[in-house]
Amino acid sequence: MMRIPLSALIGITITAAFVLAAIFAPLIAPWPMDDPIGAAWEPPSATHWFGTDRMGRDILSRLIYGGRITIFVAAAASLLAFTLGAFFGFMAAVRGGWIDQALSRLVDLMMSIPTLIVALVLLSVLPLNLTVLIVVMGVLDSTRVFRLSRAVAMDIVVMDYVEAAKLRGEGQGWVIFREILPNALSPLVAEFGLRFIFAVLFVSTLSFLGVGVQPPQADWGGMVRDSKDFLVYGRTAALVPAAAIAILAISVNLVADWILARTSSLKGGRSG
Amino acid sequence: MPQVLKLLVQRLALGLLLLFAVSVVIFLGVEALPGDTAQAILGQSATPLALANLRDALGLNDPPLTRYFNWLWGLLHGDLGVSLTNRQPIGPAIARRLGNTLFLASAAAAIAVPLALILGIIAARYAGRWPDKIISAVTLTTVSLPEFVAGYFVIYLLTQLIPVFQPVAMVLPGMSVWARLHALALPVIVLVLVVLAHMMRMTRAAILNVMESAYIETAELKGLSPMRIIWRHAFPNAIAPIVQVVVLNLAYLIVGVVVVEVVFSYNALGQYLIDHVTKRDLPVVQAVGMIFATAYISLNILADLVAILANPRLRHPK
Repeated sequence: MMRIPLSALIGITITAAFVLAAIFAPLIAPWPMDDPIGAAWEPPSATHWFGTDRMGRDILSRLIYGGRITIFVAAAASLLAFTLGAFFGFMAAVRGGWIDQALSRLVDLMMSIPTLIVALVLLSVLPLNLTVLIVVMGVLDSTRVFRLSRAVAMDIVVMDYVEAAKLRGEGQGWVIFREILPNALSPLVAEFGLRFIFAVLFVSTLSFLGVGVQPPQADWGGMVRDSKDFLVYGRTAALVPAAAIAILAISVNLVADWILARTSSLKGGRSG
Repeated sequence: MPQVLKLLVQRLALGLLLLFAVSVVIFLGVEALPGDTAQAILGQSATPLALANLRDALGLNDPPLTRYFNWLWGLLHGDLGVSLTNRQPIGPAIARRLGNTLFLASAAAAIAVPLALILGIIAARYAGRWPDKIISAVTLTTVSLPEFVAGYFVIYLLTQLIPVFQPVAMVLPGMSVWARLHALALPVIVLVLVVLAHMMRMTRAAILNVMESAYIETAELKGLSPMRIIWRHAFPNAIAPIVQVVVLNLAYLIVGVVVVEVVFSYNALGQYLIDHVTKRDLPVVQAVGMIFATAYISLNILADLVAILANPRLRHPK
């Protein structure tokens, strides 16, 4: 029986609740996302748990649908970052030589500028839609996965079993997918949690700045943007999605901390 | 000593090369993306003739390399080009705002750095006990918050629940330094919250790392008090990694400042950048992006230079 610390248990429970709410949003949300169903700025009540926003839309329902977009974009971007980063990271470690040099210097270059600045420059030219957003986020974030995968794979390629596989005459595909990948999985899984939370914070920030998810769709960052100017008049609608971002981020961090402490001493970059 | 000099020069040259590569990415890389600048200015209804004329006037028909070197040449001479949206030169617009950004960032740094060091030392002194646990829990929370979320919670707390500050950071030309600081209290608090956690955690780690050395054990066996050991023996030896952490986090401040300026409608460089990203005004975005990238890379170089100078092992490689 594995003992899970209380903090990780809390993290797992809350994260699971958020993900389930995102998946089953249409079943759970009491009202539609975009329909005004009451007066503007109704206070919290039994029918509208968090009240209504400036257009009379139910904040709880928007929060549930918004979480769906936030979590979907963040999950898709981190999956893309993982696929790209792990593949090229393993390839750099296995092939070595000029391929490793070229990939590593390219990643150095990409990481020499803050991710947010690169994203802003790119998004001022590219069309703003979900696909572009996911690809930009995924490609930029793959640099961190690349460095971790390469470092982990570097330790694995010198193992006897990899040498044995090469001597058996297995191809590079076999070495990458059947020898390195299974052995590199546990540090990568812990890293996935950190990358996912970075993606949540990143898409929220981009939407808050107006270059992420575009109206009429709204993720949590977009919801904060939508209500932010009314906070100083005592309308607290902007704090609800802000709190959702914070709670999800802290929960996933708690889980990732626990997995990191359990699996290995390898640590990926936490910050942006 | 020439060994150190060689390392320093190498690092500086590498930094310049990096800056050059970044300028290529920001200019040529972006130009290669789909999107037509002339169309962006004139809109979808523009006639082909008007588009052709404008492309000609903006020099968009020149080969990309020519335009890149024209742009770079201008940049090096302080000519940042002309904004697409209002046809005003970009240089003076940036100059007006740069001071505001620097003021905000320095005020935040001046508070965050000493505070992070003190908290880091306390956490290291009581490692594993309750002061350390409280500091860790609080910093884990602030690390998890994006800048704008922290921003709105601070605004709500300090303008609505306990109304002590103005929610909008208005800085007017004639204001004294103190009046400015009071006007900027909220954005400074938010920025401090955001960078404090990283700095403090890494200070703690750096000191704990040194605490494992043999000479610390000797000091303990001599019967020195724990605070004295940290202050006299551990801290001086941890200075190099700590300075590096501090400089790297100042670089992190550059990103934070962009978002925080938007949260507080503070008329400075970050707000200017975001405004023109949403207006798709590429020359402004490229110029400001290049400035932020340069500041970030310079701070990173500085961190490495400090590390080289402070570490005797790097001075005698091999």
